Amino acid sequence: MAPESIEFRPADFFDREQIEFISGDAAVEIERGSRLIRLQSGRELHYSELVLATGAHVRTLPGATDKVAYIRTLTDSLSLRSRMRKGGEMLAIGGGFIGLEAAAAARSMGMTVRLMAAEPRLMGRAVSHYISDWFAALHERHGVQFQLGTAVATLDDPALASPDIIVVGIGVIPNVALAQGAGLEAFSGIVTDNHLRTSDSAIFAVGDCALHPNAWAGGLVRLESVQNAADQARCVASTIAGTPKAYAHVPWFWTEQFEAKLQIAGMPGETDESVVRGDPAAGKFSVYNYQAGKLRFVESVNKPADHIAARKLLELPPSILGSS
Amino acid sequence: MPNITYISHTGESRTVTADAGVSVMQAAVRNGVPGIVADCGGECQCATCHVYVDEKFLGLLKPAEEDEDAMLTLTASERKPNSRLSCQIAITDKLDGLIVTTPEIQQ
Repeated sequence: MAPESIEFRPADFFDREQIEFISGDAAVEIERGSRLIRLQSGRELHYSELVLATGAHVRTLPGATDKVAYIRTLTDSLSLRSRMRKGGEMLAIGGGFIGLEAAAAARSMGMTVRLMAAEPRLMGRAVSHYISDWFAALHERHGVQFQLGTAVATLDDPALASPDIIVVGIGVIPNVALAQGAGLEAFSGIVTDNHLRTSDSAIFAVGDCALHPNAWAGGLVRLESVQNAADQARCVASTIAGTPKAYAHVPWFWTEQFEAKLQIAGMPGETDESVVRGDPAAGKFSVYNYQAGKLRFVESVNKPADHIAARKLLELPPSILGSS
Repeated sequence: MPNITYISHTGESRTVTADAGVSVMQAAVRNGVPGIVADCGGECQCATCHVYVDEKFLGLLKPAEEDEDAMLTLTASERKPNSRLSCQIAITDKLDGLIVTTPEIQQ
């Protein structure tokens, strides 16, 4: 896959749309009283409304090794790909989407793959127990070796042995320093109301950094997903342009590992009932997850029609989503 | 290299020259053709690259697969018999001259 094929917009898009794009000059301070941003170069910009889309950075492990790879930027991905060789050995640390997608890519290329994760089950934050187990079996069939429930504290740990590449995918940390420096309410994310306004009504936060009230989560949540980033951005643009909108989109997520495309609609979380429909042995099925008699989220493996139906269903008022 | 023509819902036409192999969505985005959003980047996940394909070319396209067919039920503008997701149409030399119309809204 060529790098330009994953560009969302080409470089000249901003010129064409008369958007001034400033890169390589980080915003370092917000002076809310005078509605001014100060950049690293000393340049100052005034605003009437400000949108913080500061994203997140990867959580790293201490210890020195030139074998480590984190996956956040295009440069990270290209560097990793250039080091992957048939017959080589990869260690993936972390049992989430990143670790598992890296493991699947490496196995498909003919590398030996071992995956260590602190959690006892795969993708524990994002899927039901049923899906964790199904994906563990999928990876094992493809030859991935697991060491689950094994926390890695440092890259110097001799238990890591000596693979050719160590991919670390142990989560991200939201970039909240700029907001905190300006006295905005921010801890594990920049806190917003349901219009994505921060504690300063002229400042919004969107995307990975926004800790926002979400009806499907039943409280404040921070989401790392394409859906959340794009829908929140449009929502705030609409509000700033004069048509205020509350953020109320059904969350959805996806991951592809080996021959399985997993699509999730709704908000993964605790469940007390999971109903499996379809044919798990044939790799085409969906899991409907209920909590206290209400449909909470639906996971579909190679069943796109179920996923789309679930997205539509979850938009309905909660009162009609009961299991009985 | 194949030429692809995009007509907006108001009738404005743009023709771009595309490399074979890229998708009708990518050719639009790279050339700044308005009316195609492509939130998910071409993964058949978001239904925001919806187009109506000129009837003359429908027979030249591979039919929509299961995931595209499902996703087409989520389009913001009406789904018609000639509705496709442009990220799922790979441009080939035989599609030279392809005409697609972008819908009024994508989300």
